[in-house]
Amino acid sequence: MRVSFTVNGRRQEADNVWEGESLLFALRERMGLPGSKNACEQGECGSCTVLMDGVPVCSCLVAAGQAEGRDIVTVEGLADRAARRSGRDAPGTSLQDARGWRPDDPGLSPVQRAFVDAGAVQCGFCTPGLLVAADDLLEREPRPSDADIREALSGNLCRCTGYEKILDAVRLAAARTREREGER
Amino acid sequence: MTATGAPADAIRTSLASRTAGGIGESTLRPDGVLKVTGEFAYSSDLWHEDMIWGHTLRSPLAHAAIRSIDISRALAVPGVHAVLTHEDLPTAVTTYGLEIQDTPVLATRKVRHHGEPVALVAADHPETARRAAERIRVDYEELPVVTGEESALAPGAPLVHEDRTDHRSGRVPHPNIVHRQPVLKGDAAAAARRAEVIVRGEYTFGMQDQAFLGPESGLAIPAEDGGVDLHVATQWLHSDLGQIAPVLGLPENKVRMTLAGVGGAFGGREDLSMQIHACLLALRTGRPVKMVYNRFESFFGHVHRHPAKLTYEHGATRDGRLTHVRCRIVLDGGAYASSSPAVVGNAASLAVGPYAVDDVDIEALALYTNNPPCGAMRGFGAVQACFAYEAQMDKVAARLGLDPVEFRRINAMEQGTLMPTGQRVDSPAPVAELLRLVKARPLPPERGWENGDGTADVRALPGGLSNTTHGEGVVRGVGYAVGIKNVGFSEGFDDYSTARVRLQTAGGVPVATVYTAMAEVGQGGVTVHAQIVRTELGVERVTVQPADTGIGSAGGTSASRQTYVTGGAIRHACETVRAQVLERGRGLFGRDRPEWAEAGLRLADGRVLTERGETLAELAEVLGDEPAEAEVEWRHRPTEPLDRLTGRGNGHVQYSFAAHRAVVEVDTELGLVKVVELACAQDVGKALNPLSVIGQIQGGTTQGLGIAVMEEILVDPVTARVRNPSFTDYLIPTILDTPTIPVDMLELADDHAPYGLRGVGEAPTLSSTPAVLAAIRAATGLELNRTPVRPEHLTGT
Repeated sequence: MRVSFTVNGRRQEADNVWEGESLLFALRERMGLPGSKNACEQGECGSCTVLMDGVPVCSCLVAAGQAEGRDIVTVEGLADRAARRSGRDAPGTSLQDARGWRPDDPGLSPVQRAFVDAGAVQCGFCTPGLLVAADDLLEREPRPSDADIREALSGNLCRCTGYEKILDAVRLAAARTREREGER
Repeated sequence: MTATGAPADAIRTSLASRTAGGIGESTLRPDGVLKVTGEFAYSSDLWHEDMIWGHTLRSPLAHAAIRSIDISRALAVPGVHAVLTHEDLPTAVTTYGLEIQDTPVLATRKVRHHGEPVALVAADHPETARRAAERIRVDYEELPVVTGEESALAPGAPLVHEDRTDHRSGRVPHPNIVHRQPVLKGDAAAAARRAEVIVRGEYTFGMQDQAFLGPESGLAIPAEDGGVDLHVATQWLHSDLGQIAPVLGLPENKVRMTLAGVGGAFGGREDLSMQIHACLLALRTGRPVKMVYNRFESFFGHVHRHPAKLTYEHGATRDGRLTHVRCRIVLDGGAYASSSPAVVGNAASLAVGPYAVDDVDIEALALYTNNPPCGAMRGFGAVQACFAYEAQMDKVAARLGLDPVEFRRINAMEQGTLMPTGQRVDSPAPVAELLRLVKARPLPPERGWENGDGTADVRALPGGLSNTTHGEGVVRGVGYAVGIKNVGFSEGFDDYSTARVRLQTAGGVPVATVYTAMAEVGQGGVTVHAQIVRTELGVERVTVQPADTGIGSAGGTSASRQTYVTGGAIRHACETVRAQVLERGRGLFGRDRPEWAEAGLRLADGRVLTERGETLAELAEVLGDEPAEAEVEWRHRPTEPLDRLTGRGNGHVQYSFAAHRAVVEVDTELGLVKVVELACAQDVGKALNPLSVIGQIQGGTTQGLGIAVMEEILVDPVTARVRNPSFTDYLIPTILDTPTIPVDMLELADDHAPYGLRGVGEAPTLSSTPAVLAAIRAATGLELNRTPVRPEHLTGT
């Protein structure tokens, strides 16, 4: 069958999709977007988390056909999404961007930058799913408590870090975002 | 060139350059940005034009003779390109293994464990390959299984390997014993007569899975020269290569391996998984072949941590001094040897823990059974022992009426203590200080779940969001443990690494490139290797090249050894490069400035400096257009094999130590445990990257927590089939299960090691488990002689 849906703001199509194929497989193997990860393919680890019409889902548990006509955001689209959310999607460079520009920042969202800075990435296989889940949390709750962070990320397994640096990263992203919003 | 790590090599840290991003700084991972944008290419992300998919058919039985295999129905499936069985193996070499080559590439006459590979399929879609594999008919004749010491050593027991000829087979008391290692010191029987208190215990340690998140996967591409290019996630490229090439019938230079992105390892990638299979399919079909296990298959695709039965006897005098320790550790190695012999060596030599005991009688052995094969996992034999000896230490302290930390302090080893093997611990061993540090921390507040308005935040309670208690039936306990782990490969193994470093100018700026075959598995080797180059060569710009087999071996990313050994190789390569630079500088400028002849010249901030810090030249002027380059093979000081009968010998190169304090809350009615805090103190020698070191300690601690309260591969005792190969049924800690993990880091230099560093990855995995168990015992008063603890062990139901 043919499926078509929007991924990170772009229309994507795939042909000859087998009916049993997951959205995860379609993204990774047919659309050239391997950022969403295949750690369990059982809906238990959260590494394949994407936003479907703005709601976090395990893309391994969604059939590719179920995504027909939907709007999908993957880790590859997080930076753009963050930019749009902060109203920076207008043409040209805003004053804020000009002031905040750093030569070493290759267009990362606050939560992506914070994961690197806080040491929340080791092997990194859980990272894409955690970033999508954390980004969703911070959109809903800009001032999460530690218990809120733990609850929101409880569907995402990490085997390397012991989660402490992941908590640090989410706190850091929240603080930086608030600081930035406050400047406006 | 070759260098060895003599004590004189110990760095003068004061000489560390001022160059930004050198050792001691928490620089960020060079691969971090690619990992957060989703661009980092893991082994399962690879793609090639014309690529097809490989799939493995595995045995549904734990022990069976194979009467016949019929692949005709699978071959008839449209889209299938090849179906291979043992009959298709190209050479007489049909087995592999890390030490003993006992593992069939594809099962031949029989299968010896549930999930053993039997046949391979390549097809144009992974689902086609799966469905074709289901159409392969294997006629099995089921055989009786051996599943533990009793059945394995019973008279007339079935032999897992009927015709053993390996080098250990003549030295073991029974063919179902892979390896046995006694360690004897003093006279334990005589010392036992002096003991005023004797405590005996029997302990059971469950089978743990590494549960790395990136599944076994890779891409094999057939090459025009008849060879193959293999991109794969592994812990040791050259160890894989040495096992793959003979099976393929290719010289090693025609099997070109490149490290793909590795999604965690923890020991589970020391053994081969899909490497040979993908190469066989690629060479047969002439097409690139990708193989990716799903989680179900991953549980069968790698070895696990050995489950163990441990029997201990500790004796002590009334004043709290240990008189002796006797113990017997029986590890279940499963169907194939993997690294069982080395795990036995560790369990035996570290069986007493970080304590000074004069009279010791230890026996450790690993069995062959029809259970899943077991091998390397973080902590490697020391974990099982630590769980048992720390439980014993608490029991003896209780019998003596002593505080458990005080009892440990009295018996703690220190620098100069003799190990049971007779080896002198010749670098700091701050066992008592680590315990003091965790004990001195303030305890987390009681009843932390109370919101203050009479309600409870269930997220902070046992059972969590299941909303099982609001504090009723919840009791707190505090427990302590400390452990000892060796660093690096032991028992006389030639443990070395190879590094090439190049220094040149690019755009007028000095830049360095470092090239090794080290497997970056997430630990951050690429981060610290660049830091070492910055410190040694005084340049800010460093490129760490991808790891492949185009250079000599780096040894494995295991045994907490890469910073030490490959880091040591890089440092020595840098020293050679530095000597070349200074030589060149003396030739160019020495006539004008006599300081060039001084000793102690160094490179920092892109310049050549005197020891006093005066600038002699810009590095770029000295280098010109001519790179300086060196390749070095470096080894740590040699170790010795352990004596076969007494276990005596300087078997280990370095020891590392960590201690934990666990605070738990237990819902005694439902048997649910919440770990509230798990504080760790560890001596790291020198933290080359403190952020990464703390990440290692917290990650290792959490894996120890997992084996304490949730993680266990359940093997059916009758059929030896695995019952829970999924993340639905094999639980690893989530962010809700994991407490805060405060860390105290000591930096007491080991003068034998580069920069004084100590391998850090494994020690925190040891003491975490027994500390949690001790805390649960303190909360409940139960004996709890097995791990993991499950609800029924706490409620008695």
